[in-house]
Amino acid sequence: MRLRFLLRRLAMLAGTLLVSSFVIFSALFLAPGNPIAVLSGGRSLPPDAVRILEARYHLNDPFLAQYWLWLKGALHGDLGISIALREDVSTLIASRIGTTAALVLYASLLILLIGIGLGLAAGLRPGLLDTSVLAVTAISAAIPSFVAAIVLILVFSVKVRWFPSLGNGQGVFGTIHHLTLPAVALAISSLAIVARVTRASVREEFRREHVQTAVSRGIPHRQVVMRHVLRNAAIPITTVSGITIASLIAVSAVVERAFSLNGLGAYLVAAATSKDFAVVQGISLVLVTAFVLVNVVVDVLYAVLDPRVDLGARAR
Amino acid sequence: MIARAEPGVHLGRRSGLGILRATGPAGIGSAIVISAATFLAIFGRLLAPHDPNLGQLAYAYVGPLGGHPLGFDGQGRDVLSRLLAGAGTSMLGPLAVVVISIAVGTLLAVSAAWRRGAYDAVVSSGLDVLFAFPGILLAILAATVFGAGLLAAVLALSVAYTPYVARVLRGAALRERAQQYVAALEVQGASAISICLRHLIPNMLPLIVAQATILFGYAMVDLAAISFLGLGVQPPNADWGVMISENQSGVVQGYPLPALVAGICIVLVVVAFNVLGERLYEQAQPERV
Repeated sequence: MRLRFLLRRLAMLAGTLLVSSFVIFSALFLAPGNPIAVLSGGRSLPPDAVRILEARYHLNDPFLAQYWLWLKGALHGDLGISIALREDVSTLIASRIGTTAALVLYASLLILLIGIGLGLAAGLRPGLLDTSVLAVTAISAAIPSFVAAIVLILVFSVKVRWFPSLGNGQGVFGTIHHLTLPAVALAISSLAIVARVTRASVREEFRREHVQTAVSRGIPHRQVVMRHVLRNAAIPITTVSGITIASLIAVSAVVERAFSLNGLGAYLVAAATSKDFAVVQGISLVLVTAFVLVNVVVDVLYAVLDPRVDLGARAR
Repeated sequence: MIARAEPGVHLGRRSGLGILRATGPAGIGSAIVISAATFLAIFGRLLAPHDPNLGQLAYAYVGPLGGHPLGFDGQGRDVLSRLLAGAGTSMLGPLAVVVISIAVGTLLAVSAAWRRGAYDAVVSSGLDVLFAFPGILLAILAATVFGAGLLAAVLALSVAYTPYVARVLRGAALRERAQQYVAALEVQGASAISICLRHLIPNMLPLIVAQATILFGYAMVDLAAISFLGLGVQPPNADWGVMISENQSGVVQGYPLPALVAGICIVLVVVAFNVLGERLYEQAQPERV
């Protein structure tokens, strides 16, 4: 049964990715604008040159044939050529994916550690701590990443100069040093949301009858918390953490732009502005794949944590 | 997360003011902030003391002066006037996203819950595919295809938000569909459309309003982010997201005021929508509180 659930989920994953790749490819295929005009910078080329270029980039093949060629290439790690830069899209992506991955990972760690930590503290200790966590998270949940970015730059790189305001940094420590402010900016609103959901679900579990029964039977508080409260609260906490972490993948574009980081998202925006279609297609495909994969991991975790989940049905 | 099977209590027939009063001081405070923002969105352009697009480079990043309480931005334009003029696009964009995604989401949810079967399956799996596209990514794709601008961003976000609306409302519509009054009306020969329009949707209204309120906050953040990226509202048009990206260089140069005030406006409005939305949500599902 478990295996069947996993296989079913993987089949759905493959289907979703196939349809998404089609959507991404066809959207840009239908876009107005001629790739050759991008290449020539608007100058008119001799017909022979146009013919050679059309053949090289398969511009005259029928739509489905072009899609098939692109998909086949993508499965082999070949995402075509950036017409504007005359370079492999895969190479361009490979040189930038590390920054984005490090940024998202760093932010995810902050969300999991601080977000869940704050939520647990507030949920388990009613009183002043709880009230202040609620008030602070209500506001920080509403702070967009780019607003957080300018405030962080203002405070930590203009006023006290602890952290740089732009660039990627060299080596492990340099990277951590350079990515700290971006990661905080990226994490701040998700962190608050995770903290709030964690607090609410801990509170809700405490009100459950089985927890009340355990308390009245004299089971030590610690044990009640670990065995009854946290185990059940872990389910909504996992879901919300997963969803918010998945959403970072797209928002990272905004943060990379604010801190002039050389990541995938910033490059996607630049390619969108300059209409470098192959790059937009390639990066979109990579981001959608990452987004869907994180969601699948959450679904599977959810099924592991909650044995009540009907594994035969859709796990969403 | 699906609530328990029997909602039992319907708040749909209570007056709007009564529901607002029940949201407590935080809810009422939020409603006041939202009303003020709406007022500025409509009349801000008329209230602006100066021309929001008139740049005097000699005044670039000059602090508050007489008649210019918030100083000037990087191109020497009056910050207060740009803030007031920008309220319009900053509020109108999210409103359009919410109206479109709620309307389409409700239509899909109610029709899927009513018809069930193959239609429901097609709608649900179509929405599942849309879930694979984060709003901002869809907006970037739309900007590549249709060109940068508010319209493309609004349409992209509407498409991206619809599955979230439809999923929550489909569950609610299924519960409502199973209620006895629906069966009673069917026996009396009422048409499906009239039952849905007159009874089912009105009974779901508290949930729909709560969803719309929360979505407005998300839409505002996402649209401002897209404008910040340069793919939404185009300069020199005033918009809070555009103001932040235009004046980011001022932050590094030690003149953060224009970017900060725009950021504060966004955060204030989003906090208000989030808090009010959360309260309305609790009201709409009293059994979960």
